[in-house]
Amino acid sequence: MSEAGNTQPALEVSGLCKNFGALPVTQNIDLTLYPGARHALIGPNGAGKTTLVNQITGVLKPDAGAIRLFGTDITHATPERRVALGVVRTFQIISLFLRLTVAENVGLAVAAARSIDAKPWGSLRDDDRVVEGVRELLERLDLLSVAERQLSELGYGQRRLVEIALALALKPKVLLLDEPAAGVSSRDLGMLLEILTRLPSDIAILVIEHDMSLVFRFAHRISVLVGGALLVEGSVDEVRANQQVRDVYLGRRAHV
Amino acid sequence: MTTVSVTNRPVVAKVRNAFAAHRINWIDIGIWVVAIGAYFVVPTYLSLGTTVLIMILFTLSLDLAVGYGGIDTLGQGAFYGVGGYAAAFWALNVTGEPISGLIVGGGVAGLLALIAGPIVLRTRGLTLIMITLAISSMLGEFAVTAKSITGGDDGLTGYHIEPVFGLFHFDIYYRTAYFYALGVLAAAFIVARIVVNSPFGLTVRGIRENPVRMRLLGVRIRNRLIGLFTLSAAMAGVAGGLTAQVTGLIGVDTLTFLVSGNALISLILGGFGRLYGAFLGAALFYIFSDRAAAINPFHWLLALGILLILAVRFMPNGLMGLADQLRRKEDPLDRSGP
Repeated sequence: MSEAGNTQPALEVSGLCKNFGALPVTQNIDLTLYPGARHALIGPNGAGKTTLVNQITGVLKPDAGAIRLFGTDITHATPERRVALGVVRTFQIISLFLRLTVAENVGLAVAAARSIDAKPWGSLRDDDRVVEGVRELLERLDLLSVAERQLSELGYGQRRLVEIALALALKPKVLLLDEPAAGVSSRDLGMLLEILTRLPSDIAILVIEHDMSLVFRFAHRISVLVGGALLVEGSVDEVRANQQVRDVYLGRRAHV
Repeated sequence: MTTVSVTNRPVVAKVRNAFAAHRINWIDIGIWVVAIGAYFVVPTYLSLGTTVLIMILFTLSLDLAVGYGGIDTLGQGAFYGVGGYAAAFWALNVTGEPISGLIVGGGVAGLLALIAGPIVLRTRGLTLIMITLAISSMLGEFAVTAKSITGGDDGLTGYHIEPVFGLFHFDIYYRTAYFYALGVLAAAFIVARIVVNSPFGLTVRGIRENPVRMRLLGVRIRNRLIGLFTLSAAMAGVAGGLTAQVTGLIGVDTLTFLVSGNALISLILGGFGRLYGAFLGAALFYIFSDRAAAINPFHWLLALGILLILAVRFMPNGLMGLADQLRRKEDPLDRSGP
């Protein structure tokens, strides 16, 4: 899978800087994702990974630098606008609608993506396109069997899948997965990875993850963030072989 | 890419049914049978019955805001009072035709919500409670002060309400009033049902559950909440207008905190976010209060207090929650309810 070539980058972050008071949390970061990219962002706690994601999604404003989506500058676009343009994220701390059913959770996202969320009559259950959209997403994420369950009845692994289904419903061009394996039992991890690898190949995906087995199996390229700055960027093998990365981040256990 | 094949049909039906819908069921039939039956069974209590129907409507309006949208307002009484004053003002100065009076009452209350909404709905939780409380207190003070419009402490009275549709005269036995209120309540219930079943209805439930997430789905949550708040206020305004029309009097007591508080207690008794909670809760609250006051005019509030404590202790999700529990006992696989 060639990520270079003459295709336009899906997401291009250049010279991004952000300080929290005197503390630099994002230091001159460059990051380029081409369509179909499977890019991992790793780094120890407090490295500024989530802060970076928050700037890409527009929740935080950068102090300097630019963010482009297919060449269009979105540095100052609102979060809602970015979602509409195709920058979608999932959350490290699962953030869903507990007292709604799984299908309703996904249906909300499908309705929002179709801009029919303000329609005060009719029902999503009678809207064939919405129902079909929800069915397709649930099938893709192996959630059909729990479609009618309230979200609060689901285990952590399945909630994680609902979270991803919501993101996919928004028809992302760039998908940011914030620690998809967090809280997922080791038993469910294989299933999660299997589903992640089946995600549509045209979407550019940036995954933030601590679970190295998942990172190494899922990602093609890895950026290592330390203290708000980019330490290394390269292919999986390059990063695995990098002594600096081993010292700073991976530690002994990753020498397998 | 996706074609609905024949083998997909059960799956599609499964997904369809996973969307909650407010369906017609035995509670529907029961409620309306009781409401119509009461007219014939206890004809001497139609005054109380009319009050109950109007308060069900008012509580229903509160359920839309609090139960569905998570807008924890304590100022719903403001819209009730404003709607009442507007309808009375209309009857005094323009026409005594009742339907137009209700439209004016609901319209003015809705307009007020449309103006107050953008400010009020910036906040949530305690702040929102305080702001809504403050707005209704301010309106109460205004009603006392602006004598030329509101009649001050005396309120507005002395207007004549013409027959409904030019046919049904209001009588001292509340016969017309009862069916008039019942008709308006039925119409409002149908509107509420359509709205809560709609994509908009699901969206506001989503906002109630998780506003931040909803915003990140690209939904303009403020606008959705303003829409819901306005609808809820208009419905409360219609309830106020009904009160003004059937009692021939609207006073500053409609703008007190007590009005909002009673509706909230009714909802606690009945259950939030269920529509029927308003019916069961308001009926229980007002009929119980009336009977308790008749039995002991001095200590009836104590009985009400005990009822509330018992209700919160033994049915935290209200009468509707209790109904769910009983149904689940029969069918352990039932997954509905909170």
